[in-house]
Amino acid sequence: MAEPLLSVRDLVVEFPTRRGTLRALDRVSFDIGEGEVLGMVGESGAGKSITGSAIIGLIDRPGRIAGGEIRLRGERIDTLPEDKLRRIRGKRIGMVFQDPLTSLNPLYTVAQQLIETIRTHLDVSEREARERAVALLDQVGIPAARRRIDDYPHHFSGGMRQRVVIALALAAEPELVIADEPTTALDVSVQAQIIDVLRDICADRGAAVMLITHDMGVIAETADRVAVLYAGRMAEIGPVRDVIKAAEHPYTSGLMGSIPTLAQTADRLTQIPGSMPRLDAIPQGCAFNPRCPRVMPHCRTDQPPLTPRAQGRQVACWLYAPAGAAHG
Amino acid sequence: MGEFIPEDRPNALRRAWDSDLAYSFRTSPVALVSGIVALTIILGAVLAPWVAPHNPFDPATLNLMEGFTPPMEPNAFTGNVFWLGTDNQGRDVFSTILYGARTSLFVGFMAVLFAMVLGITLGLTAGFRGGWVDGLLMRIADVQLTFPSILLALLIFGVARGFIPPALREALAIWVLIVAIGLSDWVQYARVVRGATMVEKNKEYVQAARVIGAHPVKILVRHILPNVMGPVLVIATIGLALAIIAEATLSFLGVGLPPTQPSLGTLIRIGQGFLFSGEWWILAFPAAALLALALSVNLLGDWLRDALNPRLR
Amino acid sequence: MIAFILRRLAQSVVVMLVVALISFALFRYVGDPVASLLGQEATAADREALRARLGLDQPIWVQFYEYIGRVLRGDFGISYRLQQPVAQLIMQRLPATLELALVSGIAAFVFGVALGVYTALNRRGWISNAIMTISLIGVSLPTFLIGVLLIWVFAVELQWLPSFGRGEVVELGWWRTGFLTESGRAALILPAITLGLYQLTLIMRLVRAEMLEVLRTDYIRFARARGLSNRAIHFGHALKNTLVPVITITGLQMGSIIAFAIITETVFQWPGVGAFFINAVRFVDVPVMAAYLMLIALIFVVINLIVDLLYYVVDPRLRVDRGAARH
Repeated sequence: MAEPLLSVRDLVVEFPTRRGTLRALDRVSFDIGEGEVLGMVGESGAGKSITGSAIIGLIDRPGRIAGGEIRLRGERIDTLPEDKLRRIRGKRIGMVFQDPLTSLNPLYTVAQQLIETIRTHLDVSEREARERAVALLDQVGIPAARRRIDDYPHHFSGGMRQRVVIALALAAEPELVIADEPTTALDVSVQAQIIDVLRDICADRGAAVMLITHDMGVIAETADRVAVLYAGRMAEIGPVRDVIKAAEHPYTSGLMGSIPTLAQTADRLTQIPGSMPRLDAIPQGCAFNPRCPRVMPHCRTDQPPLTPRAQGRQVACWLYAPAGAAHG
Repeated sequence: MGEFIPEDRPNALRRAWDSDLAYSFRTSPVALVSGIVALTIILGAVLAPWVAPHNPFDPATLNLMEGFTPPMEPNAFTGNVFWLGTDNQGRDVFSTILYGARTSLFVGFMAVLFAMVLGITLGLTAGFRGGWVDGLLMRIADVQLTFPSILLALLIFGVARGFIPPALREALAIWVLIVAIGLSDWVQYARVVRGATMVEKNKEYVQAARVIGAHPVKILVRHILPNVMGPVLVIATIGLALAIIAEATLSFLGVGLPPTQPSLGTLIRIGQGFLFSGEWWILAFPAAALLALALSVNLLGDWLRDALNPRLR
Repeated sequence: MIAFILRRLAQSVVVMLVVALISFALFRYVGDPVASLLGQEATAADREALRARLGLDQPIWVQFYEYIGRVLRGDFGISYRLQQPVAQLIMQRLPATLELALVSGIAAFVFGVALGVYTALNRRGWISNAIMTISLIGVSLPTFLIGVLLIWVFAVELQWLPSFGRGEVVELGWWRTGFLTESGRAALILPAITLGLYQLTLIMRLVRAEMLEVLRTDYIRFARARGLSNRAIHFGHALKNTLVPVITITGLQMGSIIAFAIITETVFQWPGVGAFFINAVRFVDVPVMAAYLMLIALIFVVINLIVDLLYYVVDPRLRVDRGAARH
């Protein structure tokens, strides 16, 4: 197997608080291949966004990476000093945040922000940067880009602003784009367009995408593979089709039950009873055990390891663990 | 486990001690030190007639021979020792500070009380009546906020002085001063109370009380005032520091209290005159007292604001 | 834009009219202007003649109208104490106050912003903590006390700088400036520090708080995620956004500087308008008090207008002419 573009191994992120240290991510591992779209799903607080922040080294204080490693094309990036990391941010890994209304600096025109980003990473003239900026806006579907480029962010609607944000994330031709809930703050009517723009422009440039969302529907339509996070731990990873067709982790099954499809019209959407534990109250053993319909005694005592399965799938559940691992 | 057994019926004192506020006070060194400093000065001022070694305003106890005695040195003629020295008229500086702080604190507390009552009343009125009353009061508040309160107090004081017949000016000075400082500082109370009133007045219990014929203002006063106690207390504490400074400033400028009723500001004004001749203590100790008082009250206000507002931490 | 300015201007005119009314009331009802001008020995006939000459027998609204007319022509009456036209007395003293306020204001802004940015960016450093602690004392320290202490240290003990007055001045037309002589500049230092220190600490704390707030926003996060340099993020993005509220407050603080000039001028016997006003209050020199009231109100109104315009220049969101969100 070729070297993955991004490789995250046993990533641990901790937040020291007055009442002790909270583990926001607990030994999370996954890979993203060249040009691949990886969907990252989970409830709010499961650690999706923190994973994204950790990769570009922007975890809010006092949070810190307490273990594991992150490699970009084999080079370790979680230990890089700030100035080296800065040359990766924007240049090799682009980021799209949730709320386009607040992601853009209100006091600068779109052109100023785009040109600034382009010229930070690429050695081009002001005029050339401007041409690139216009082309980018055009590609993300902003009509009359040449005229609109000198407008301020508040002149654009929410959907248009998110297109601008995507253009900014792609300004320096990154190899990977992390999109953190890029449509959550938008009107339902424009959500699909934004996802399309994001997918198409990345596919165009061969950029991989890590799409963070809690919307399984979006993942199903967009992603190649899906990773399911629960309470800061990886529950299941695998190709989207396989995972949707036959989820292995009981939590994933529950999540899949909550997407409406045309096939299952009559059935009610199943719901997982209970809610995800807070980070300061994660139960012993498997974090999902209090809500799991198929819970077994040692689920309450031992944490299941992420176990490889067929078709490149991985799942962290005692139902699939090799026999004897529970007592090992 | 089990080593600490709480009392079955904690009394009020115990509850107060265990409250969040008290805990925050006990564990904040800044608050503790400020509290002790402020309390010491306030106690000293209140008890001045009993604590002060001399009554600086009783001419019988003054001895001009004792003038300009440096601190901690025996006087050349009488051999008396004064902790903080004496001024030109032989008054014990320590005693004048106690009496001066008494005047400063009196003006400060009264001005805050006046501003608080005025602000709460206007805030309740504006919030409850709404409409043009609210519009007018808030416009006035906006305009007033653009002026610094010391300037405003000075202007009000000057104007009021103009309207008072010359014969009464000295006697009424302290009250005019209180009103001037109070008038310059009511806006913040009014804003807080107005906001709370506008939120509460549409709640069901007010409507219900109205239906059964209770006077709505009575209900508002009973229910809203407790709600705004926290912010009002914070504003009042910081307001006290401001009022003390405003009074000291006006008295220093010679347009506040007459020399017969010296405050800390007056003492500093007197002391400044002796700087060049080397009698530094006549200035330094009243200045230090004013600084300690203003700073400690200010810090207490800051602490109180943070303690009552956990989001700010 | 023009509508916005016109609306602001209209509001300013209303404020000025209200202040004029107070001044007029002060002027008209405080004490007895006739007695103040004529003294004790005047006869009843003299009084009546003067009353008629001053227009005091006219209806009140006519008197107010005429008062405004006189004010607009720059006639603020005669000082009771100095027996000279008030306008002339104030014009003589205005340059001293304006020079002092200007130097203090610029110093407070420059150092306040610089220290505010420094303490926000190095939040945990000991220098920042020291600056913040000192600034807390600075905020609590009354202006007059700062002045007195500076005099004590630099004029009395060290004898480096003069303790009063404004040194030698040079006449540039009617404007007497202290900028051009060495003694004038030396005399300016202590008063300028005294006057500017409070504003400096205020601006510094405001810049720091705003900066910390802005550094937490999404667009700064996004700017970091785009790999911009710290320099570009801190000074290009964060500082510019911080400046919007800072400019407002600083502008309004210019008003405070003029107000606190009263105190500073008194401490340093600076021959400006503020010290003149304090003497007017002491001696109940009503025409001077009324004129000063109008002057201060005018300065505040003008400053507020300028601040509004600046705000408009800095924040594109307020430029309403281009319309809200277009698609």
